[in-house]
Amino acid sequence: MNRRATLATTARVLRQLRHDPRTIALLLAVPVLLLTLLRYVYDNKPLVFDHVGGPLLALFPFTTMFLVSSVAMLRERVSGTLERLLTTPLAKADLLFGYALAFGTVAVVQTLVASSVALGPLGLDLAGPTVGVVGLALLDALLGMALGLLLSAFARTEFQAVQFLPAAVLPQLLLCGLFAPRAQMASVLRGLADVFPLTYAVDGMQQLAVGGLTGQLARDYLVVAGCVVAALLLASATLRRRSA
Amino acid sequence: MVNSVEVEDLKVVRDHTQVLRGISFTLAPGTVTGLLGPSGSGKTTLMRSLVGVQTGVTGSVRLLGEPAGARSLRRSVGYVTQAPAVYADLTVIENLRYFAAVLGADAARVTAVLEQVDLSDRAGQAVHTLSGGERARVSLAVALLGSPQLLVLDEPTVGLDPVLRRDLWLLFAELARAGATLLVSSHVMDEATRCDRLLLLRAGQLVADDTLAGLLARTGARDAEGAFLAIAEAVPA
Ligand SMILES: Nc1ncnc2c1ncn2[C@@H]1O[C@H](COP(=O)(O)OP(=O)(O)OP(=O)(O)O)[C@@H](O)[C@H]1O
Ligand SMILES: [Mg+2]
Repeated sequence: MNRRATLATTARVLRQLRHDPRTIALLLAVPVLLLTLLRYVYDNKPLVFDHVGGPLLALFPFTTMFLVSSVAMLRERVSGTLERLLTTPLAKADLLFGYALAFGTVAVVQTLVASSVALGPLGLDLAGPTVGVVGLALLDALLGMALGLLLSAFARTEFQAVQFLPAAVLPQLLLCGLFAPRAQMASVLRGLADVFPLTYAVDGMQQLAVGGLTGQLARDYLVVAGCVVAALLLASATLRRRSA
Repeated sequence: MVNSVEVEDLKVVRDHTQVLRGISFTLAPGTVTGLLGPSGSGKTTLMRSLVGVQTGVTGSVRLLGEPAGARSLRRSVGYVTQAPAVYADLTVIENLRYFAAVLGADAARVTAVLEQVDLSDRAGQAVHTLSGGERARVSLAVALLGSPQLLVLDEPTVGLDPVLRRDLWLLFAELARAGATLLVSSHVMDEATRCDRLLLLRAGQLVADDTLAGLLARTGARDAEGAFLAIAEAVPA
């Protein structure tokens, strides 16, 4: 790893984002708007809002970060800059961790904005500590980013990259336990849910909704964090210098 | 003196078609070699094989004594792709500063290459607002940043006016005088006069490897274009 190259990559990605203020506005506003919408959908059922609000606080940043990072990486590939970078001394890990730091920074801001609105004015009432909630939401955003970077390696066009969102995220969403408790699912589905990282993200938020720090919650943090690191390493391993 | 590039029996298969069919040549240090050939003849594929980003390559490709794609070459080989590979949403100077950080070049290099490609007055402009020729020069400037010993340039002068083209060829000659080795592809046959040596590629085969004077003498043609046509017609595709 070369710290200068990694940090330069982070700064470059953030600079690209700064040249695109509309994307920044969307990144920050969309989760807030969706949570607000949800709050009024359950206007007369505050307990339901508390039940689904936590997981969704994790899901919205997860989804937006997945999209933004996979499209950013794909653009790098299509514009030829990826190929150019791969002929320079820049290590693949420097590139990916540079990206991770940049989008990680965005994820921190996005998560702080979304959680302060949700836990503040929207009155989302979670029993667990705020730090725990924000921390998990941040990990989920990072998970979205890491999976986005990983899957973008398999997309050749923008159309494909955008299709990866429903293909990779919706199955995880359907099985994560938000729509039906996992205990009631057929064993095949439960087995699938057990290997999907999003399951642990949502489970963690559900734990935080009802209580404090438990062993299961600690496991959830560890699994999500582990998946972030694993996805980044895998992304770096699947990035090929040579192409057809 | 040891050659900068040694290619032996290079074959490349792209998508089940044989794009390069056994190419051998060497490039001496401090020279400018022109890689000429019609569209689709395999110029870009050859260059991609040299810089180590092409799959489906067989044969031996050695640059500066190392096999193509070796880690140690990433600092000493500069590559300019046919389509400008720079960040369109960043300014010229932002692009150069980023690649300088990646290559370990300093701020003085950034100023120097801007000067060399004649873009000093465009430094603060976003790349997507530049003209095609200006964008191509930003891409070239990035490749110059690391002061590479070997420069592989894929049609760097396409779309440029005669004055700029002349200036760039003067720059290439100057870099070669300073010891660099350049391989420059082009469609424009009259650019052959600017090269120490010419490689003529046709349908994935090297049909000539000579100086312009040698080619003209051999074919009796009056210019590079005539020589190319004479050779192309003599060799069955
Ligand atoms: N990704 C690819 N997959 C399969 N075939 C390819 C691919 N890229 C190029 N080719 C084919 O390889 C041949 C050589 O292409 P190449 O790009 O090397 O030509 P070129 O001499 O650079 O042409 P031009 O002057 O138009 O840039 C062409 O017939 C082209 O259709
Ligand atoms: Mg080409």
